[in-house]
Amino acid sequence: MKRVQFEHSTIPYLFVAPQIIIIVVFFLWPAAQAIYQSFLLEDAFGLSTQFVWFRNYKDTILSTSWLQAASFTMLFSALVTFLSLAIALLLAVKANEVIRGARTYKTTLMWAYAIAPPVAGLMGNLMFNPLIGDLYKFFNAIGWDFDHKLDAFDAGFVVVLISVWKQVSVNFIFFLSGLQGIPKSVNEAATLDCKSPFRRFWTITFPLLAPTTFFLMVINITYAFFETFGIIDTTTRGAPGGSTNTLVFKVFQDGFRGADLGGSSAQSVVLMLIVLALTVVQFRFIERKVHY
Amino acid sequence: MNWRLLSTHAILLIGMVFMTLPVWVAFCTSTHAPETILRDGLQFWPGSNFAETYRQVLFVDGGVMKSVLGFDMLKNSLILGVGFAIGKVVISMLAAYAIVYFRFKLAVPLFWIIFMTLLLPLEVRIIPSYEVVSSLGLLDTHTGLIVPLIASATGTFFFRQFFRSVPDELLEAARLDGATPWRFFKDILVPLSKTMIAAILIIMFVVGWNQYLWPLIMTTKEENYTLVIGIKQIYQVLAEGGELPQYQKAFALTILATLPPVLVVLIFQSWFVKGLVESEK
Repeated sequence: MKRVQFEHSTIPYLFVAPQIIIIVVFFLWPAAQAIYQSFLLEDAFGLSTQFVWFRNYKDTILSTSWLQAASFTMLFSALVTFLSLAIALLLAVKANEVIRGARTYKTTLMWAYAIAPPVAGLMGNLMFNPLIGDLYKFFNAIGWDFDHKLDAFDAGFVVVLISVWKQVSVNFIFFLSGLQGIPKSVNEAATLDCKSPFRRFWTITFPLLAPTTFFLMVINITYAFFETFGIIDTTTRGAPGGSTNTLVFKVFQDGFRGADLGGSSAQSVVLMLIVLALTVVQFRFIERKVHY
Repeated sequence: MNWRLLSTHAILLIGMVFMTLPVWVAFCTSTHAPETILRDGLQFWPGSNFAETYRQVLFVDGGVMKSVLGFDMLKNSLILGVGFAIGKVVISMLAAYAIVYFRFKLAVPLFWIIFMTLLLPLEVRIIPSYEVVSSLGLLDTHTGLIVPLIASATGTFFFRQFFRSVPDELLEAARLDGATPWRFFKDILVPLSKTMIAAILIIMFVVGWNQYLWPLIMTTKEENYTLVIGIKQIYQVLAEGGELPQYQKAFALTILATLPPVLVVLIFQSWFVKGLVESEK
């Protein structure tokens, strides 16, 4: 904090008021509602409600469809995080090495950041369209009996591919700026000691990038959990048979389409706990980074 | 030219193609006639139908949605992007200023309330948020669309971090000269933060423009659709099938929804990268 500060009794409250008011009305109140509703059960006509403790949790979270969505979300997040980080790291390392064309490479590799997930989703969806999609035709031509409308694996493949494509650019930007933050002297000293660029990368560069990588892992998991909603909603919509439902997509489906308030709220609360866990991990790590 | 350098360029070129080809194909396909697309599939080279497709999508009634014009969706997206960016900067600068520069009783609890927003992304409170907005009568309004989005903590954290790095001597000097808190903010802190403000504005414009879930829930009338919401509608139309699928219009819509944020990012590239990397720390 600052050594010198204003001493004033009302002015600071006026400055924070707009943000606090919006937060209370649109964040805290709805969140409290979600928690409250997760303990209620409404009858089929919405005429009466009763307090049922953890029954909604038990009913939704132990249901096969929720467990299916949960396991798909885990696998999906792991794949998207790993693949988009790996591709971005490779590209960032290479882009950091070249001098000729460096600017063009950088620009073309990062610009997809600006594309909205549902837009990427629709583009990808059309590339896989059975009538016109070249990717669909290509995979079938090489002997893969590809049909993402019927086959769960193929549908998963489509959403993972589009989600990775959309996420590479963010990771690329952070990795590149991390690489550029490594002092020249470190690289020069390493070059003197070790001839193999491959070993140099894994023993010097990669450990120095560890804070960036760890931070990006949290960002990517969050992305895979939440922001991919737009991609799922414009590609598979959970089909076939709920095999590509993510947890967020399911909350939306059950709440709006299915009008199952209690169950949807219980799922929301579980998601809150997941976000809480991710945030704790992130802040733990940031504290550690300070001691570097 | 040695092998290593050659392979480096090869990898980068493959990456470049991977990241740009889908959008290029989307653009090229959007410039062909629907019959051509249906017969020959996706197109890798621009066709002659560019003016016709985009005129239909942007300006013709019923050309792409039932009633709303592409041009109006573009306008709505712009309002959302700009409104979100400006609102976010204003609100978070004010809050960060109070938290860093004032000594007051509730500073710590208020900071934690702002922090809590990180734990409550829209996705975990979708339905109750909808209920709040609808009971306030804010469905289908710009206020209801923008205001609930601008309160999250990211901007506040960013400015808090930046204000802390501003030398203390400035405030001491300003106080000796008898500057009021508002004057210090307006005449010293804001001009000092210009670059930071620009960087955040750019990022937030892109984030606002790309909003999906919130506008989806809270716009019911077609006239309030943003381009990104139009994407969902056209997906629906294509999925339902019909006479001749208008793939060129769907692609044109993806291009229109992509172009403005991409241009902003490309034009202000260095600010954008700086803002992104700094704000996420």
